[in-house]
Amino acid sequence: MQLVLLSTLPGFLALSYQFGWGTFINLIIAVVTSLIAESAILALRNRPIAFYLKDYSAAVTAVLLALALPPLVPWWVVVVGSLFSIVVAKQLYGGIGYNPFNPAMVGYVVLLISFPIEMTSWVTPISLLPEGVTHPGLWESLSIVFAGNTPVDGVTGATPLDLFKHSNGLVVDQIYQNEALFSQASFAGVGWEWVNVGFLIGGLILLKTRIFTWHGPLAMLGTLALMSILFWDGGSSDSPGSPIMHLFSGASMMGAFFILTDPVSSAVSNRGRLIYGALIGLLVYVIRAWGNYPDAMAFAVLLANFAAPFIDNYTLPRTYGHTDRRKATEKQEEE
Amino acid sequence: MSRTWETPGGVHPPENKSQSMTQSIGHLPIPGTLVIPLHQHIGSPSKIDVTIGQAVLKGQTLTRATLSNNLPVHASTSGTVIAIDDQPVAHPSGLTAPCVTIASDGRDQWIEHVGVTDFRRCGPLDLLQIITDAGIAGMGGAGFPSAIKLSPSKDKAIDTLIINATECEPYITADDAAMREKAQDLIQGIEVVCHILNDPKRVVIGIEDNKPQAIKALRPYIQESSIEIVPFPTKYPSGGEKQLIYILTGREVPSGGLPIDLGMVCLNIGTLIAIKRAVIDGEPLISRITTVTGGACGVNRNYEVLIGTPISHLLTHNEFDEKNCSRLIMGGPMMGFSLTSTDVPVVKTTSCILAPGHSEIPADTPAQACIRCGLCAEACPVSLLPQQLFWYAQAKDQERLEAHNLFDCIECGACSYVCPSNIPLVQHYRSSKGEIRKANIDKIDADNARQRFEFRKLRLEQADEQRQAKREARRLVTEQARATSNTSQPGSSAADIIAAAQQRVITKQASPEQQKAKFERALLAAQSRLQEAEKRLIEATTNGSKQQQTICSASVESARQKVDQTQYRLRELTD
Ligand code: SF4
Ligand code: SF4
Repeated sequence: MQLVLLSTLPGFLALSYQFGWGTFINLIIAVVTSLIAESAILALRNRPIAFYLKDYSAAVTAVLLALALPPLVPWWVVVVGSLFSIVVAKQLYGGIGYNPFNPAMVGYVVLLISFPIEMTSWVTPISLLPEGVTHPGLWESLSIVFAGNTPVDGVTGATPLDLFKHSNGLVVDQIYQNEALFSQASFAGVGWEWVNVGFLIGGLILLKTRIFTWHGPLAMLGTLALMSILFWDGGSSDSPGSPIMHLFSGASMMGAFFILTDPVSSAVSNRGRLIYGALIGLLVYVIRAWGNYPDAMAFAVLLANFAAPFIDNYTLPRTYGHTDRRKATEKQEEE
Repeated sequence: MSRTWETPGGVHPPENKSQSMTQSIGHLPIPGTLVIPLHQHIGSPSKIDVTIGQAVLKGQTLTRATLSNNLPVHASTSGTVIAIDDQPVAHPSGLTAPCVTIASDGRDQWIEHVGVTDFRRCGPLDLLQIITDAGIAGMGGAGFPSAIKLSPSKDKAIDTLIINATECEPYITADDAAMREKAQDLIQGIEVVCHILNDPKRVVIGIEDNKPQAIKALRPYIQESSIEIVPFPTKYPSGGEKQLIYILTGREVPSGGLPIDLGMVCLNIGTLIAIKRAVIDGEPLISRITTVTGGACGVNRNYEVLIGTPISHLLTHNEFDEKNCSRLIMGGPMMGFSLTSTDVPVVKTTSCILAPGHSEIPADTPAQACIRCGLCAEACPVSLLPQQLFWYAQAKDQERLEAHNLFDCIECGACSYVCPSNIPLVQHYRSSKGEIRKANIDKIDADNARQRFEFRKLRLEQADEQRQAKREARRLVTEQARATSNTSQPGSSAADIIAAAQQRVITKQASPEQQKAKFERALLAAQSRLQEAEKRLIEATTNGSKQQQTICSASVESARQKVDQTQYRLRELTD
C-alpha cells in the first residue's frame, strides 16, 4: 500500500505543475479527514486503530480521491467526499476487504452529483494561462479553498473532454485549430497529457513490482482504444475524439492503474479481471461519447463493481484435475 | 533428457536445507521407553497381538492385520510391554490414540527374520504380502498402505512408476540424505517394485534441482537400467503427488481420482527403502530417517530413528534450547503442524522435527482482514481462488465451497505463505472440509433412516394388502363351495374345490425349505456385501474424495436395501 502511495507521485507532480497548489491542498484535507474518520469509526467499532491505520488503505483512498478532484475546490467538498468514502463506502460495509464499491469513486460520484458546479470547474493548465495571470500561490490558494475567494479570471477553464462534449458541430480539425488546449498540445491535450503520462509511469512501476497484474489495466486501456478507433470516423463533427486523446485525457491512466486495480472491489481471477477491465473501458467510452458527463471513470468503475460478483461467477479458473471450468453458483448434482 | 512441465503458482520459501546436511545420517541411543501408536496408516485399525508384561523382540508384531486395508505395527526394539492404552500422539488437534508402550531392555535383540533370496522368483502377490506384513505405509505424509497402491487391478494396468524424490518442503533433508547414503537400497527397492508391477514402461525419479549430490549418488546405479532421473527447477510444492505427476508427464490426475487412473504409481524414497528392507532383508518397518533441525537445536542432522521414539529423546540429544524455540513442528514449515507436547512419538510418517528459533519462524502474527489482493490465487498450484474459498469458509457456505473445488485443495499452504494479511487459510480449509464431510455423513445417515422408515411403511402396507387378499380369497372359496354344494354339480363339488385349493397350497409350499435356504444364502451374501461396502465407505470418508464417498455411500445404500429385502422375504416365508 505504501508503494501505491509512492507511485501516485509522478501523477501528483504533473497535476501540481500543471494546475498549481490546488491538488496539494486537496491531498492534505482529504488525508487528514480520512484518517480522522477512519480512527473514529474504528474506535466506535472497538477495533485496534493503529493496527488498521498502518495498512495505509484509508490514506490510499484519500489520496486517490484528492487526485481526482479539481484543484481549488472549496474545502468542504473535499471533506464531504472523504467522509463519504471512508465512513459510508468503506467502514459501514465492514471495513477493509468488505467494501463492494471502490470507496474513492463512491465519494467522487456523490460529489459530482451533489455539487456539479464545483466539481466541473477545472484550473487552466499553466501554459494556457492568459498573459500576466499566474496560478495562485499557496496562500492565495488556501484563501480560495477555505475562505471562498474567487480566483482571478482565466484561472479556470474547460478540459479537453469538455471541449469535445460541447464542440457543437465543429469537426475535429477545427477544434484542434481553435482551441489552444489542443493546438499547443504535444499529442493529446495541454496539461492533461502529462498528468496521464505521470500516472502511466506510476502504474508501470506498480506493474513491475507485481502489486497487481496487467490484466485489468490492459483490458481497460485496450478497450478504450479500440472503441475510440472504431468511432473515430476520421474526425467529423460527431467524432468523440481520437484514441490518443481518449487514452491521455481525463482520468484514463489514473483509472486504469490506480482505480480499477483496487483488489477489493474488482473481479478476482485474472480472466475475470480482463472482462472487468474491458467493461470499464467500454463504459468509459460510452459515457464520454454519448452520455451527459464529459468524463466517466467513476461511473464506469462503480458499474463494473456491481458486475464483479457476476463476472466472478463465470470466470473461475480451471482447477487441476478438472476438464471444465465450473461456475461459482453451480450446485452439486443431486446424489 | 525428458521434458518437464511447469505447474501454475508455487512459491519459493527459503530452503534452509544445508544446515542438516553437514553430517551423515546419525544413530541415537535406544530410548528407555518407546510409545508405538497402533494406527499409523490410513485404513481401519488392526488387532492387538500382545499383552501387558509380555517380552517382545525387535521386529515382533504388536498388532495383526485383520482386514485387507490395515497394517501391523512392530516392536522397534526388544523389551517388555508395559502399557497398552491411549497416549498423546502427533496430530494437529493433540489427540490421544491407542499405543503400546515398550520398556526397552537395551539389548536391541532381533526376532528371527529372513528375506527372500531371489525376489524375481516370487509372485507379485507374495511380495505384496511381505510388504503388508512389514507394515509399510507411504512415508511421505499420507501413510497410505503401500501394498494397496501396488496391488494389481483388473482394469488399470500400471505403466509408469514415479519415484518422488522432490522433498520440496524447506528444512527437510531426510530423503536427500537417504539418496546420498543408501542409493543402493533405494535402487533395489525400485527393482522389487518394478518386478511387482511387471516391469512398467517408464520408471522415473523426479527430483528438484537443489539436490545435485543425491543425483550424483544415484547416477552410477542407473547406468545400465532404464530408470530415468529427471531434475526440474525447485519450487514449492512440486512434491505433491499430483503436481509431480504433472511436472513429469504433463498429465493431470482427474479430480477425485487416483494416479492409478492414469496408470501411474507414485512412491517416495523412504517407502522404497523400506520395501527393499522388507523383501530382501526380511525387516519390518521399525525405523525411518528423520531430520532434526531448526535454530533451537544445537545439532541439525538426520537420524535413523526407531518408530516410537519420543520427540523429547530426539531433542535432548540435539542440544535443544527450549527458551529459544518459537514452536515445535512435526513435518516441514509449510505443511507440518505444531506439537503441543514433546512426549509424542515418532511415527512412520515423521519426516522432520523442526524447532525453529524465535527469529527464524516467529510465532503466529494476528490475522488481518483479507484485502483480496489475489496473491494467494497466484500462488495456488491447483488454480483455486483461495480468497474466495476463505470468504465462503467464513460464511460456512458449503455449496459454494464445493463449487469452488475446495476438495481439490492439496493443503500445501502456498496461499497462507504469501498472504500479506497472515491469514491461516489452510486451517480454514481443513476445518471446512471436516464440516462438509461430517454434514455428508449425517446426510447419508438421515437418508438411510428415512429410506428404512419408508421401506418399512411400504412393507407393512403390502403385508396388510396381502392379508386382505388372502382373506378375500378364502371367503370366495367358501362361498363358491357353498354355492356348488347347493347346486351339486359334478366336478365342482365343494370337496373338489377344497381339494384343489389345498393342492395349490401344497404346491406352493412344496419347496419352502428350498426357498428358505435360498433366501438365507442370499441374505448372507447381501450382509457380507453390506459389510464390505461399509468398510469402503469408512475408508473413503477418511481418505478419499467427495466423489468416492458418494459412490461408496450409494453402494452401501443399495447393499442395505438388498439386505432389508431379503430379510423381508425370508420373514414372509417363515411367517
Ligand atoms: S493473499 Fe490473503 S489478503 Fe490476499 S487475497 Fe489472498 S487471502 Fe486475501
Ligand atoms: S493450500 Fe489449497 S488453496 Fe492454498 S495454495 Fe495450496 S492448494 Fe491452493
